[in-house]
Amino acid sequence: MKPRLSDLRTLMKGDSQADRVVPPTGFTASLTLFAAAAMAFLAVFALALSLATSRLADRWGEELARSSTLRISAPEGQMAAQTEAALRVLETTPGVASARALSDDEQRALLEPWFGPDLPVESLPIPRLIEVIEEGAGYDAAGLRLRLSAEAPGAVLDDHTRWRAPLVRAASRLRMLGWVSLGLIAATVAAMITLAAGAALAANAQVIGVLRLVGARDRYIARAFVRRFTLRALTGAAVGTLLGCVAIALLPSAEVGGGFLTGLGFRGWGWLWPPLIPPLAALVAFLATRAAARRTLGEMS
Amino acid sequence: MIELENVAYSYGGAELLSDITLKLQPGSFHFLTGPSGAGKTTLLKLCYGALIPTAGFVHLFGQDVRAMGRDDIALARRRIGVVHQDCQFLNHLSVAENIALPLTVSDRDAAAEQDNLRELTEWVGLTARADALPPELSGGERQRAALARAVIMSPDAILADEPTGNVDWDMSQRLMRLLVELNRMGKTIMIATHDLALIRAAKPHVQARVLRISNRRLQLAGADL
Repeated sequence: MKPRLSDLRTLMKGDSQADRVVPPTGFTASLTLFAAAAMAFLAVFALALSLATSRLADRWGEELARSSTLRISAPEGQMAAQTEAALRVLETTPGVASARALSDDEQRALLEPWFGPDLPVESLPIPRLIEVIEEGAGYDAAGLRLRLSAEAPGAVLDDHTRWRAPLVRAASRLRMLGWVSLGLIAATVAAMITLAAGAALAANAQVIGVLRLVGARDRYIARAFVRRFTLRALTGAAVGTLLGCVAIALLPSAEVGGGFLTGLGFRGWGWLWPPLIPPLAALVAFLATRAAARRTLGEMS
Repeated sequence: MIELENVAYSYGGAELLSDITLKLQPGSFHFLTGPSGAGKTTLLKLCYGALIPTAGFVHLFGQDVRAMGRDDIALARRRIGVVHQDCQFLNHLSVAENIALPLTVSDRDAAAEQDNLRELTEWVGLTARADALPPELSGGERQRAALARAVIMSPDAILADEPTGNVDWDMSQRLMRLLVELNRMGKTIMIATHDLALIRAAKPHVQARVLRISNRRLQLAGADL
């Protein structure tokens, strides 16, 4: 049973005669189908979770890391001067691609959700915000703070690290859990198929004995079982995957104006992942049944 | 063809068979007899590679069974037809398909050998039962179907373990005639039976040697029958 590729090829080609030598089994067949479908359904969700958290982690890790905010709180008269000074410092800081003070309109837009649209920004002692976009490896935050404290004492640098890091960590952990779930699902499929194949092999011990007696090689006997279970896993997983995808597609969108929340779903190329589930389930079933058959047959004379 | 050399076998306890040397020559006809439990079935199993001797050597077609892999054993079984007392079939396949099973499992095209199959089915008198399922067959029909299955590959040797155990006298005579006919076609035959009357009835028709397992050893019996 060594040449794996040729085994797969004969498997695809099918052998109606070899299929017929093993009697059809109703109950285990539907159980295997159901289990494969259920596992594929779960796999779709684990996959969606992994991809969504992956997107989340990337967004928080990448986009937010590229920007930081400088807040200048200064008495009315010094605001313009300190802003000027801070911008000058930023322009000469290596690693800063651009720095731009937010206009009054932009600041008003930021505050609008909290204070309403008619906020007289000009008359309030609102700090001035400067948006800093990084480039390359970024800037040296400690060095920048030191220089700012000299040039613009009212400036406070917020590089988002404080609140971003735990979120990125959480997202990465969640993504890892998603992949672990996928691994567990694959292992569970393998375990269930092994049990089902073992039961089928045991139930057909007499058939196997007859086949051995008339000169059937192990490969021939195993093929009949392997093909059957592989096709069952493939069919079941296809149905489960389809249902899972439909469920995902029908999820209400959780997207909030391009914000940090991202819906649990597939985007663009992400839809290419779920169709991989049935073939992978079939591969797992193929290997599991073959191993079970090889073990069982090895114990028979 | 099948050679046993100082073979011993034990199922874990005391030896059931000891120091057995036997050479099945092509075209020979052997009866194997002895009381039940003497080890007739075990000896036959040693002859078709279902058991590996605990001591001594068994050679199948020149190959040492200990050196043979499972696939080698399978290939050797295509050259040795085996008939058991309680012959097993694939119960979900028709009699004709069961007889053709050795062809099917050796990846030979059973359809191309339809004539052969029909002839053989007729020879064992099962033409009318070809489409029946094995559980519907009588004991004698089962034995004949098993014999047909054992010879469809045109094996070099046929080993039969109590082939007449479950059938009446007439049927056993019919089976014996089939086996004698096969022997005339050049097949090596070995029949294990405890039925001495069967051996006596066959003696006039075939040049048979009678081996007896007695006291764990194989002896050539003859005149006393």
